[in-house]
Amino acid sequence: MKDDVVICRCEDVTYGQIVEAVRSGLTTTEEIKRILRCGMGPCQGRTCTRLITRIIAEETGRTIEEIGRPAVRPPARPIEIGVLAGRSDEENR
Amino acid sequence: MRRTADCVIIGGGVVGSSLAYYLAKRGMTNCVVLEASYLSSGATGRCGGGIRQQWSTEPNARLAIESMALWKGLEDELDRDIEFLQGGYLVLGYTDDDVRQFEANVELQRGLGLDVEVLTPTEIRDRAAPGLDTRGVRLATYCSSDGSANPFLTTQAYADAARRLGVEFELFTPVGRVLVEGGRVTGVETERGTVSAPVVVNAAGSHSLLLARTAGIELPITPWRREILVTEPVERFLDPMVISFSFGIYFRQTRHGAVIGGFADPDEQPGFNQTSSLDFLTTMSRKLGRLMPRLASVKIVRQWAGLYDATPDGQPILGHVPEVDGFIQACGFSGHGFMIAPKVSSLLAQLITGERPDLDIDRLNLRRFADGATAGERSVV
Repeated sequence: MKDDVVICRCEDVTYGQIVEAVRSGLTTTEEIKRILRCGMGPCQGRTCTRLITRIIAEETGRTIEEIGRPAVRPPARPIEIGVLAGRSDEENR
Repeated sequence: MRRTADCVIIGGGVVGSSLAYYLAKRGMTNCVVLEASYLSSGATGRCGGGIRQQWSTEPNARLAIESMALWKGLEDELDRDIEFLQGGYLVLGYTDDDVRQFEANVELQRGLGLDVEVLTPTEIRDRAAPGLDTRGVRLATYCSSDGSANPFLTTQAYADAARRLGVEFELFTPVGRVLVEGGRVTGVETERGTVSAPVVVNAAGSHSLLLARTAGIELPITPWRREILVTEPVERFLDPMVISFSFGIYFRQTRHGAVIGGFADPDEQPGFNQTSSLDFLTTMSRKLGRLMPRLASVKIVRQWAGLYDATPDGQPILGHVPEVDGFIQACGFSGHGFMIAPKVSSLLAQLITGERPDLDIDRLNLRRFADGATAGERSVV
């Protein structure tokens, strides 16, 4: 039952998938993010990163500090392309 | 960690991981891959994932075409989904230079048996990229057998297959020095001790430059930052990778639905800077919005940067170096290492196991720069 609990809600990744990934040898949040996509969705890991770090800690016996956090990438929040482009029709050549 | 090996590979990107696999497949299983961070943490994991066969120089085009033959069977061979898709590549031409260059490219590519077509703006919209704003486009070259794959999953799949054959991968193990005695490589020195080996492969992307120097070899590699971004996933609307050298852009829709793309900033300075910039975010948004108006309401969720390990002619540096026996180069991929990795690694595996490579890679040897500059690759974004 616990295996079905969704940890990354943006990308629909479960507790069971993350445990399986750690046991296969992916022992950092960066690696798990790249293989399972958790933390790549609209919230950019704001919800799930701490949970994933804890799962890695439980599985590997390492501390949260040792495991570290994945790089935080801009933008801070998702922004529409049209907004960033200034909604301008002018040529960009 | 093994202390002796038949071959040490520096770099756990797609090149290092695939080379480990092809070596092990040929029977050389006592290999160690040393990666400074995690798999695909360098240029591989930061690239756009495109697999293009449309190149302007024969070596690049041949390597790409023969790589595609391997890509097609890779999911079966490695027993893993790597999101491989032959969605095509659409190369947009805007200028007289583009038109002239495309003519030469198509002649070369067709001569090598590639199924490349020339499309008019109407044909582009009807057949290749519905919804694309073709204002200013003179023509495009289109190759429907070009494609893409997921760089993380590909590298992981190669590494896992290599591990099953007996290769050891040591992650988070930076190499400090390549060891040389009497003109022969003897191994490498890491933070966790020395690994002795008669063959050491330098597949460390832009860091290959620094590693080669520890063995007294100067490589003509310049690191350049290249920025890239990705949107939220949207319903499928685009099959090919769309690129243009003169407009300066590449973008594709991943199987997941996100649009991923970037461009090369002509004002970029060489160096190891991998930070993200606001300028890139806004300029790329203008370019994307201009070419694909339907994306105006789509949100960008993430941007990052990686490094091109650029050579003077835009082609990789492969094989032996004259001064140090056993020190093999697999670097200088100039932004297209991911797509040609399968063939490059197969050829290097042949070379290292003492067989004659089935495609001439000698002309991609480091020596070519001493012999004088060769014709450069024009089709780089």
